[in-house]
Amino acid sequence: MQSMIHDGSFEGFLTTVFQVYDLGFKEVDICTAAKYQQNIFGGGYFVTSEPSKADRVWKGLQQKLSEAAMKQFYKTWLSEIDGIENIMLSYVRYVFSSTVSVEKDFSHPAVLVITDTAKKVHREKHRMEAFVRFQLTKDQLYFAIVEPDFNVLPIIQKHFKSRYADQRWMIYDGRRKYGIYYDLDKVAYIQVNFEEDVNSGKDISVQYGEGEILYQQLWKTYFGSINIAARKNMKLHIQHMPRRYWKFLTEK
Amino acid sequence: MIKYSVRMSERITEKLQILADAAKYDVSCSSSGSSRKNENKGLGDSKGMGICHAYTEDGRCVSLLKILLTNHCIYDCAYCVSRKSNDIKRAAFTVQEVVDLTINFYRRNYIEGLFLSSGIFTNADYTMERLVLIAKKLRTEHNFHGYIHLKAIPGASDEILNQAALYADRLSVNVEMPTEKSLQLLAPDKKREDMIKPMMYLKNAIIQNREKKKQFAKTPLFAPAGQSTQMVIGATPETDAEILLMANHFYKKMQLKRVYYSGYVPISSDNRLPAIGTPVPMVRENRLYQADWLLRFYGFSVQEIVTPAQPHLDMDIDPKLGWALRNLQLFPIDINKADLSVIMRVPGIGLQSARKIYASRKFNKLNWEHLKKLGIMFNRARYFITCDSPDFERKDFTALQIKHQILGTGQSKYKPNFSPQLQLF
Repeated sequence: MQSMIHDGSFEGFLTTVFQVYDLGFKEVDICTAAKYQQNIFGGGYFVTSEPSKADRVWKGLQQKLSEAAMKQFYKTWLSEIDGIENIMLSYVRYVFSSTVSVEKDFSHPAVLVITDTAKKVHREKHRMEAFVRFQLTKDQLYFAIVEPDFNVLPIIQKHFKSRYADQRWMIYDGRRKYGIYYDLDKVAYIQVNFEEDVNSGKDISVQYGEGEILYQQLWKTYFGSINIAARKNMKLHIQHMPRRYWKFLTEK
Repeated sequence: MIKYSVRMSERITEKLQILADAAKYDVSCSSSGSSRKNENKGLGDSKGMGICHAYTEDGRCVSLLKILLTNHCIYDCAYCVSRKSNDIKRAAFTVQEVVDLTINFYRRNYIEGLFLSSGIFTNADYTMERLVLIAKKLRTEHNFHGYIHLKAIPGASDEILNQAALYADRLSVNVEMPTEKSLQLLAPDKKREDMIKPMMYLKNAIIQNREKKKQFAKTPLFAPAGQSTQMVIGATPETDAEILLMANHFYKKMQLKRVYYSGYVPISSDNRLPAIGTPVPMVRENRLYQADWLLRFYGFSVQEIVTPAQPHLDMDIDPKLGWALRNLQLFPIDINKADLSVIMRVPGIGLQSARKIYASRKFNKLNWEHLKKLGIMFNRARYFITCDSPDFERKDFTALQIKHQILGTGQSKYKPNFSPQLQLF
């Protein structure tokens, strides 16, 4: 078993796939430098990201896969699940080894894992599109903090950009410590240094702009008023709105 | 920026409480199916997929700011909280208040848009004009491209409906009751034809607009998410067969996008209605929605789901299983050979699993292991299918035996609050 260690970027992973083919490795275990634990029986192979190599793998896959399957492949990557790289490699091998399109062969274990994982990530993307709650600051910035299960900021930015085209906004991932920021022109990835009085972005009330508290209260009022007590069904409520998301929901 | 005084804040809060509370019995909260894009760096879009931004404690999706413009009403419909004779607090929003709430909720990502309905004041056109005014203001003054659902007031004129459809994504006229007889009993001021006429007008106008759009790409949007309706069930003695036939009629003849079934929540001591405290018929409502899905997506006809001999849906099993048990002679089917339309009819196999089965079997003959991983409900489906495993259910079970075995293994999610079906009259 050959350990392959990459830098944690998608490019790093694709470069690793290239190397596996280039060096003819049969059995490999791919992981990030952060997760790698020195194996006493064999040295790890450290891969340096190379855009040209990553690109060749990506283009090769594009020849074999539909656009939808390419998206699924990328979404699977964003799951950051332990060991997902190995399943993705097994998927790549199956795709390259076949002359016909295999992306719908759900009887193959890797295809099924990719499909299911992509679906999970997609669900989280959709949840974030729903559960982001912007708070208006004095500087007229609409700020939201989230802690998604998967690394979905890269795939939600398009949705927010086209929707909130006329307001400055920022969505910050409190778990992965980075955010996406829209400046009325384009979206950029950013690191944020928070002042001490906002608890790493978790409570920015000292920065609230005019009307923010009123609208939060109105939203809570609304949320309370539309409930039909005679139909109470907490199980269904929690199934749709799992508790782990409540932390940053204005109405909870 | 508007400055809010404490008094103004309190007043708007109270109005919101009253007018959201009064609007909550309208069940539709759909925000999908439109095609409105953000243009000229405006605010919002509604490009198809709906989003539920929150869920109430009763488990319903909160997608839109659903409010009444006012709960003052000249009508006295027995089943409605806003009926004239009901002694409740009344309130009315101003046009600007509704616009401000919508925009500010939308900017914070609380909602997908606005669902505006109203009690009827003065007359139908006068009321409808106010609703249209709000939608127009949002679209033209605020460059708002979020979702707008307007209630079409029964009896409103064609001209005003036409205006409404130019600004709204969806329009809906509620038929309120499944049959004309029930409507007469509970809402003597309302006429069925006043509801059907606007529906008819919108149906034809939507078709015309679609034709025009094919020729001229610049043709303005006209209710791009179509129209829907709602009927209250369990307040009157209709059978499920009557309800489903009516729904089917609306889908086929009026091209409605959705028919909503609203289980009656007792809110009145009127002796024409179930008493306060009668449980909401939630199981029945759920079974009706399941049947509705079978009609729209699974290729079933009403006659297959309910029959003259059995005009009510089974409460303990879903309508697809019910159909399969009545038609055991059609089973088992071979999962590796049957048509997609046949696979879709197997209890325990949904649309998605059916499609996955259909796609995967080109690569491999599927066996139980494959099928379980594809996500079918094995405990249901196994009585109705064979696959590439030798150990399928060979025994000739009767329908009743299968039903008992399935009910024995699966736990109905409604068991704890299972209420006996409401008996009326």
